[in-house]
Amino acid sequence: MKVLVAVKRVIDYNVKIRVKADHSDVDLTNVKMAMNPFCEIAVEEAVRLKEKGVATEVVAVTIGPKAAQEQLRTALALGADRAIHVETEERVESLAAAKLLAKVVEEEQPGLVILGKQAIDTDNNQCGQMLAALAGLPQGTFASEVVVEGDKLQVTREIDGGLQTVSLSLPAIVTTDLRLNEPRYAKLPDIMKAKKKPLDVKSPADYGVEVASKLTLLKVESPAERKGGIKVGSVDELVDKLKNEAKVI
Amino acid sequence: MSILVLAEHHDGQLAGATAHVVAAAKAIGGDIDVLVAGENVGAVAEAAAKLDGVSKVRVADNAVYAHQLAEPMGALLAELAGGYSHVLAAATTTGKNVLPRVAALKDVSQISEIVEVVDADTFKRPIYAGNAIATVKSADSLKVITVRSTGFDAVGEGGSAAVENVDIVADNSQSSFVKQELAQSDRPELAAAKVVISGGRGMGSGENFKLLDGIADKLGAAIGASRAAVDAGFVPNDMQVGQTGKIVAPELYIAVGISGAIQHLAGMKDSKVIVAINKDEEAPIFQVADYGLVGDLFQILPELESKL
Ligand SMILES: Cc1cc2nc3c(=O)[nH]c(=O)nc-3n(C[C@H](O)[C@H](O)[C@H](O)COP(=O)(O)OP(=O)(O)OC[C@H]3O[C@@H](n4cnc5c(N)ncnc54)[C@H](O)[C@@H]3O)c2cc1C
Ligand SMILES: Nc1ncnc2c1ncn2[C@@H]1O[C@H](COP(=O)(O)O)[C@@H](O)[C@H]1O
Repeated sequence: MKVLVAVKRVIDYNVKIRVKADHSDVDLTNVKMAMNPFCEIAVEEAVRLKEKGVATEVVAVTIGPKAAQEQLRTALALGADRAIHVETEERVESLAAAKLLAKVVEEEQPGLVILGKQAIDTDNNQCGQMLAALAGLPQGTFASEVVVEGDKLQVTREIDGGLQTVSLSLPAIVTTDLRLNEPRYAKLPDIMKAKKKPLDVKSPADYGVEVASKLTLLKVESPAERKGGIKVGSVDELVDKLKNEAKVI
Repeated sequence: MSILVLAEHHDGQLAGATAHVVAAAKAIGGDIDVLVAGENVGAVAEAAAKLDGVSKVRVADNAVYAHQLAEPMGALLAELAGGYSHVLAAATTTGKNVLPRVAALKDVSQISEIVEVVDADTFKRPIYAGNAIATVKSADSLKVITVRSTGFDAVGEGGSAAVENVDIVADNSQSSFVKQELAQSDRPELAAAKVVISGGRGMGSGENFKLLDGIADKLGAAIGASRAAVDAGFVPNDMQVGQTGKIVAPELYIAVGISGAIQHLAGMKDSKVIVAINKDEEAPIFQVADYGLVGDLFQILPELESKL
């Protein structure tokens, strides 16, 4: 079975972002970028399926600027066999990403597609579900366990009330949650080897997909800052403040 | 304008989140219909009909919608969406699972987790773990939106909407429900609780989370956790508060043994009053806490319980 993994280049999760002075967007100049953490989990799961002999080939795909090749090389170093870069300098919303991924799915015919549940920049949490709808495939979102059983896939999902298990026909779409696995780090020799693995560069036009979106970003602002409070010296003082000052208990 | 709201329900009961989504729909303005889809959901439909501002409740009661699997739910909503300018759902795991499928099937963008309605086309939503607020305007003819409950005060009751059946039966041969393990608790729901007390890695073990029980009992609080506490297996995933867990904004949030990573703050920094208990006086959680208490939680928690 071929497994396709979608990875997105985003701001490193440790970076505290700044809003641009003109409020047009978040300032990403000279900011450390990385693979979206949920995509790392997606790559790890695909590589583990290959190590278990379930997957025969792992293909990583990204849609983004030239620099996003770094994230594809990371995926290759982590164990993906080859990569597809749909290169565009435009802002790519989840819907356009899903349309492009649907085209890649059509071309590659994977048995399973794994995406992150959400990109930590837009916090959209849409792309996998959109891809599933466009490709006419079932979905197992927010996965904490994935088991291939013949032509079926059992996915345990992290839902608000606890855990839910669904059975999907294959091919299927999975989006990862935090507890699916703990991603490995790329080793230096693997990083070297990854440089030689095949990486195809395409454009949205090659797939006949229009990237422009009907959503306009009008403004980006900093959220209201919380004023720092005080330190209390004892439990008694805390209880007193909560009762008599904040009046919340 | 006409708005379709997807009702959130569990165990035959309308969930509180729906009243917040209806509030968002009222802010947009126009006729508000509520769709109740599920199996044996008569009581849910009755409860939805009482929500203030709802003109009509549409009920799709069929086994194919039991457990609200994304594939049939998405197909149903996409078929109904044609008659509406907006389709709204709560930004719960159900809403997040289903709504993007509807958007894709209708070839429109989705606007996720709005916290404010500027006008019928323009919305505010947090991005980058809530460290920025984006104002986005949609030129799509249909707006597909998930709503963050904490952004909108729930509407009350007092409505008496008409209830009608929808006969659309989506076929689904691609997915099936296997099982569900739901947390059993007598405590209030995290998202709706007036007081939340959360434990982090500093709690040390799942056993030690019992130290929070007595306090939660006295305050009528829900119990939450950081990702680290969930990852370590102290408590189940449904307790995670944060960017990629639950978003809460109670009157009082007490963070115990939690350092205050941005991903955690994203889920609780809109709480009215924040208390932090941490032995590290430099912990970033103190920067957002109204009241910080530096010390060992194993000494502080029993004392706090006895003094409440
Ligand atoms: C993609 C992604 C998504 C994430 N999503 C979330 C999310 O939704 N929610 C979330 O919470 N995190 C999330 N995280 C993780 C986040 O970055 C932090 O790692 C996590 O919040 C840390 O949890 P913690 O504060 O419990 O643990 P730590 O950072 O280890 O802090 C433990 C604290 O306990 C204190 N402590 C220890 N012992 C005691 C004692 N005896 N008495 C008093 N204090 C004590 C320590 O001083 C320390 O400050 C996410 C991370 C990523 C990459
Ligand atoms: N530009 C992109 N390139 C590749 N994958 C993407 C892209 N955008 C989103 N994805 C995938 O979709 C997941 C969820 O993203 P989103 O729905 O946009 O929050 C990500 O974790 C990726 O797996």
